[in-house]
Amino acid sequence: MALILSSEAQMVRDTALDFFRERSPITALRKLRDDNDPVGFSRDLWRQMAELGWTGFLVAEDDGGSAFGMTGLAQVMEAAGRTLAATPLLSTALLGASLLSLGGTDDQKAEYLPPLLAGEHIFALALEEGSRHAPNQIALKAERDGAGYRLNGQKTFVLDGHIADILIVAARTAGGITLFLVPGESTMRTRLTMVDSRNAALVRLDNVAVGPEAILGHVDRGADLLDTVLDRARAGLSAEMLGSANEAFDRTVQYLKDRKQFGVAIGSFQALKHRAAQMFCEVEITRSAVLAAVAALDQNSNDAAALVALAKAKANETFYLCGNEGVQMHGGIGMTDEHEIGFFMKRSRVAQASFSDTRFCRDRYAVLMGY
Amino acid sequence: MPALTTFRAETRAWLEENCPPAMRTFMPENEQVAGGKRAEYIRPEQKQWLDRMAAKGWTAPTWPRQYGGGGLSNEEALILEEEMQDLGCRIPLRGMGLSMLGPVLLEYGTEEQRQTHIPPIVRGDIRWCQGYSEPEAGSDLASLRTRAVLQGEHFLVNGHKIWTSNAHLSDWIFCLVRTDPTAKKHEGISFLLIDMDDPGVRPRPIRLISGASVFCETFIENVRVPAGNLVGPLNKGWTIAKRLLEHERKGIGGIAARNAAKFEIPLEAVAKQFAGETNGRIADPILRDRVAAYSMDAHAFQLTRRRAAEEAEAGAPPGPLSAMFKLQGTELNKRRYEMLLEAEGFQGLGWEGEGFTPDELRFTREWLRSKANSIEGGTSEVQLNIIAKRVLGLPD
Repeated sequence: MALILSSEAQMVRDTALDFFRERSPITALRKLRDDNDPVGFSRDLWRQMAELGWTGFLVAEDDGGSAFGMTGLAQVMEAAGRTLAATPLLSTALLGASLLSLGGTDDQKAEYLPPLLAGEHIFALALEEGSRHAPNQIALKAERDGAGYRLNGQKTFVLDGHIADILIVAARTAGGITLFLVPGESTMRTRLTMVDSRNAALVRLDNVAVGPEAILGHVDRGADLLDTVLDRARAGLSAEMLGSANEAFDRTVQYLKDRKQFGVAIGSFQALKHRAAQMFCEVEITRSAVLAAVAALDQNSNDAAALVALAKAKANETFYLCGNEGVQMHGGIGMTDEHEIGFFMKRSRVAQASFSDTRFCRDRYAVLMGY
Repeated sequence: MPALTTFRAETRAWLEENCPPAMRTFMPENEQVAGGKRAEYIRPEQKQWLDRMAAKGWTAPTWPRQYGGGGLSNEEALILEEEMQDLGCRIPLRGMGLSMLGPVLLEYGTEEQRQTHIPPIVRGDIRWCQGYSEPEAGSDLASLRTRAVLQGEHFLVNGHKIWTSNAHLSDWIFCLVRTDPTAKKHEGISFLLIDMDDPGVRPRPIRLISGASVFCETFIENVRVPAGNLVGPLNKGWTIAKRLLEHERKGIGGIAARNAAKFEIPLEAVAKQFAGETNGRIADPILRDRVAAYSMDAHAFQLTRRRAAEEAEAGAPPGPLSAMFKLQGTELNKRRYEMLLEAEGFQGLGWEGEGFTPDELRFTREWLRSKANSIEGGTSEVQLNIIAKRVLGLPD
């Protein structure tokens, strides 16, 4: 397994780092927040990202993508994490593209993938119902109605759900979990204003009728498809969190060099040096875990699921550490809204809960390792 | 790469043919072979295995053949290591000659010093110990005071070293000595090789919290050392000292990796044994969570070691990653033993005698031994200082 990047992946990485630094710095997220922007991200920027091919990394060449894979997409997501860019990368380029590519019929792919790849349509996975990530506890019901189904129930924390053209809804059917493609307009959506200024929604489905063409994958066997795709989401999000943690860390080390108290740079104090050195170690260890996870997913390795649990757990812990230490080491200025370090800590709290908190990761890792 | 495939097959065949079955078992600490004139072998296979490996130079696989080493490339050495681990072969020889002095002599020694000292290290004929720390020079190593005065063809050495591991079983000691007391503290130090046959060199074992006495203090009184035993230029020993410490830290940081080797009892198995099992899971959910947290950190650390190796293989200069290995490896090893004892409960509290299995007693002693990991070779706090300064560029 390669834990170093190919030259192609390195090129994607360099392009993405420049892209987000120039076109979506943290000031862009702040503006979306302060303007109460109804979309919550820049559609124009998203189309530019689509033009760069990033929406097609997880789509086969025959379907119009490049099949460049998770390692490539992780480079883009890590770069987006550097500037806390609000984009539909996770909801659409990762989850939407994966679910359609792995579970879609030829007709579904032909209908839904072109607008996804072009950056025109936004997708969202409607999964969570409880207070934390629990993909096995789905109560939203889909009952047979002639050739189709009627869906009833509520979903929460649906990323980009407020604006999604198509929702992919995980529902309980007679013999298991089934996934449905549901037009966003046919649901009742309440946008959630999140602490990290990113996008999520409450989604209610009241007697929403769908035809058999809306079934994504096999009836009653959606859990397997979800399992595969959720591991991709966890790995991709881990990469994004790695980028954010690394950026919070870099900014904090710079602040330790710039800020003077008692006539010296505060970075000369050993109490802060040691904590900064610990953060460095955690960031680098997390990077190894993320690289291993995305490489394992790309190679379909047997240990991919365990490595993904490992990567998300480390990303959770490390982003938490760098976000909180970032605020603490910035002192009073770190508490102000004007300073950007607080955005990292807020984002870390939301990202930790998304698609598996640390408790979930440890349990999954232990199960996979046989204890 | 057919050449490497052939090498792997040949290596495998040779190991299967030459490694005695008794040397393919778990190696307790008291059966580690360190060689030297006073070496004692509990089993004859230990010596047999050492001699066979030494004859191929595979006790020091990557060292040049002209000095008795194996002459293997890094890739070949890795294959040898993998095949040995797969077959469960014991490491035939360990010690400070192999892990620390040899690499330094290859880099800084004269041709004569290499020819004199390296082949006996490879064969396990001479055992070396390290004379670095002193009672007043621990983390502040450069404040060492052992004096060496050049008198014609000899240095006259006087001083007091401490934490000289296994000095009482060693034949030679490599020492840091002060050769210019007027210079700044880093600039008046030299690196000297001293034969411990001299009656002026007196090691005294120190009993440790684990009950073992692997560390000594070593008194050096009016010992005359030939000037030819100086390694590198006079007063330039600090450069060599630091280089050697890098080798030492690499060795200590690797402890966690070696513990994961073939015969080690996995932490989760110990946890299941003592806390019970429900549906294949450790029955105590809190212990299970803590075992997973530790195992995941150890796993991520192993991945980081591998990433560094891959970066090195790809030709990248040794990056900042290596700075963290000693720190992380030793802290993880300590955590592992804390978890083991926690899982064992009362059975982890025995010192000796009845009522405890040999493994339980071994874990308890190793738990105590592991506490030295984050002190020896530069404390964890010193490692954090190094990362802060050299990697992060934080000011003094």
